[in-house]
Amino acid sequence: MEIDAKGMHFSELDRLVKGNENDIIINNVMGQRYIAAGAKGKRIVINGIPGNALGAYLNDCFIEVNGNGQDALGDTMNAGTIVIHGNCGDTTGYGMRDGKIFIEGYAGYRVGIHMKQYGSHIPKIVVGGSAGAYLGEYQAGGIIVVLGIGSEDRKCLGDFTATGMHGGKIYVRSRFVPEDLPPQVDVHKVTDKSELAPLVREFCTYFPYDADILLSHDYFVLSPSDACIYKTMYCNRSI
Amino acid sequence: MDEIERMVNEVDEKYREGNVRIPSGCAICGYFSKKGRALPAIDAVDAMAYMHDRSNGLGGGFAGYGIYPDFPDHYAFHIFYDNEHAREETESFLKIRFDISNMERIPTKKVYGISGAPLIWRYFGRLEPEVKAHTELDEEEYVCQTVIHINTKIKGAYVFSSGKNMGVFKGVGFPEDVGEYYRLGDYKGYCWTAHGRYPTNTPGWWGGAHPFNILNYTIVHNGEISSYDANRRFMEIYGYKCTLLTDTEVITYIIDYLNRKRKLKLEDVAKVIAPPFWSQIEKMEEKEREKLTTLRNMYASLLITGPFSIILGYTGGMMALNDRLKLRSMVAAEKDDVTYVASEECAIRSICPNPDRTWSPAGGEPVIVELEKEGR
Repeated sequence: MEIDAKGMHFSELDRLVKGNENDIIINNVMGQRYIAAGAKGKRIVINGIPGNALGAYLNDCFIEVNGNGQDALGDTMNAGTIVIHGNCGDTTGYGMRDGKIFIEGYAGYRVGIHMKQYGSHIPKIVVGGSAGAYLGEYQAGGIIVVLGIGSEDRKCLGDFTATGMHGGKIYVRSRFVPEDLPPQVDVHKVTDKSELAPLVREFCTYFPYDADILLSHDYFVLSPSDACIYKTMYCNRSI
Repeated sequence: MDEIERMVNEVDEKYREGNVRIPSGCAICGYFSKKGRALPAIDAVDAMAYMHDRSNGLGGGFAGYGIYPDFPDHYAFHIFYDNEHAREETESFLKIRFDISNMERIPTKKVYGISGAPLIWRYFGRLEPEVKAHTELDEEEYVCQTVIHINTKIKGAYVFSSGKNMGVFKGVGFPEDVGEYYRLGDYKGYCWTAHGRYPTNTPGWWGGAHPFNILNYTIVHNGEISSYDANRRFMEIYGYKCTLLTDTEVITYIIDYLNRKRKLKLEDVAKVIAPPFWSQIEKMEEKEREKLTTLRNMYASLLITGPFSIILGYTGGMMALNDRLKLRSMVAAEKDDVTYVASEECAIRSICPNPDRTWSPAGGEPVIVELEKEGR
C-alpha cells in the first residue's frame, strides 16, 4: 500500500504503518519520527526525509530511504536492514544489537557508538562516504565499515575515533593509516578481506559502485588490543 | 486585556525563571539572504511546525532583520509589561533619554494555545542629542545599560528587543502559535531565526522564551550549558547582569562582549566559546597553535561546556555554531543566495525542497553568512 504522509503526525503514521500490510511505500515524509520503531516483518520504502529514530528497536524489516536520514537512525535495532540513498545524521546505529545499515553518503558524529554483539548477532554499519568524530565510541562489538568514497585524498575518519572501544571492528578504506587512536586500540592493514567482502558487495547492490574495484584497494582495521583489559569482560566471551 | 482579566492570568511568581527547576530536551532554525532580499517570516513559522515535537509549548520565538525599513536608524524597543504601572514608569524613563518617533502596541491576534500574555509594546526612538553629548559612554553601550537598567530596576518591565531595523517576537506557546499570535505573516526581512522551546531547568515565561537579544544581537539556543555559573561570574565583572537565570542569556552577553566590545572576529568568538581540545591544539601549526592558546588562556572563563547548538543573528549576518563535541544536531543548506540552518533537515526542506547543497557542520565549526557588500 502507499501512504501519503504530508502533514501527518508521527503517531498517525505509526498507526498506519503498524496496522497495515507488510509492503508499504510512504511518500512525502518530512521529519516524522520513530517510523517503523520496533516493527517486524515489513518492507518499507520511504520517499522524503524521515525524522529522528527511524527504525529504532527494529525487529527485522527491510527499509529503504530515498532521501537523507536524520539523527539516531537504527537506534538499538535488533534485526533487519536499513538502506539510505543519501547521508545520515548523528548517532546512527547507536547501541545496535544486530542487523545492517547501509549509507550511501557521509554519516554524522558518534556513528555506531555502544554497538554490541552476542553469539551470532553481529550488527553491521557500512558508510559510503566519510564519518564524523567519535565513530565507534565505546564500541563493544559489531562491524563498522567506512569506505571513504569521495575522500580518497584525505582522511575519512573524524577525531576521537574508537575512543573507549573494547570490542568489534572498524574497517576503513584509505591510503592513510588512521592516527591518534586511543592506546588500547590496534590498527592493522587488512590482509584477509573475507569478513569485509560480503558487506562491500551488498553495499554495491544498493548503490552504483563496483565492489571489485572497492575491494581492490587498501583497508585498515581497528580493533581493541590485548592491552584492553575490558575486551572479554562484558562481551566477546565464547558461548 | 483589562486589569481584571490580567489578575486572573497573572503569572504566579513561583513559576518565574529561577524559582523552579525542571530537568528535561528545543528546535532552532534560521535563514539568511546574502543579497539582502526580504524573505517572509512565515517560512520560519511553518518550518518550526515540522519540528513541533522538539518543543513542549512552553516557549517559541522569532527574530527578524531588516524588518523595519521605515525606521532603519531608530532603536526598536519591544517591551513586555506585567501591568500599566510598569509601562508608565518605563515610558517616562525612556522619554527622558530617547526621542520616540512612534509607539504602539505590537499587533497581535487571538490564537488558541496562547494565553497569559503580558502587555506588549514597541517604541522607535533615537537617543536624545543632549543625552548623547553628555554621556561618557558610547551610544551602543548607553543603550545596552538602559536595557539592563529597565530589566533589573523596573519591576514588571522587560525589554526583549533593543536593536535597529530588527525585532524579536516571542512568547509562551508552540512556535507556530507564537508566530500566528504576532501576525508574522505581515513581516519580511533578510534574515530570520526561530526557536521552539522545551525548557530545561526552568519553567517557561514570556521573557524567558528565545531569541534572547541585546542591541542587534539575538541568540536562539538548543542545549544546556554546564559552565553557566563560571560564564556568568566573568560577565558580571563587565557589568552584565543575568536577570533570567537561564543559560541562553549569558551566551548573548558573551557574544556582545567579545564581538562588540573586544572587537574579536566572529570566527575567533567561536574559538573562544567552542575551542578545540588542547590535544588538538598541540598538533596545529605554530601560528594557529599560539593564537588558540592565547584565546583559551585569555578567555578561559568564557569556554562554554555542555551540549549546545546556537544561531546568532546580527546586523548584516548570521552565525550558527555547535559545541565542540556536537552534542546537539545542526544541518545547513544553501540554495542560490539563501543559507539555511536548522536542528533537523526536514525544517530546511519544508522551506526549500531542493537545496543546492546540504551539509552537517562539525562541532565548533561556525557557519557564518553575511550580506554581500556592493562591488564584491
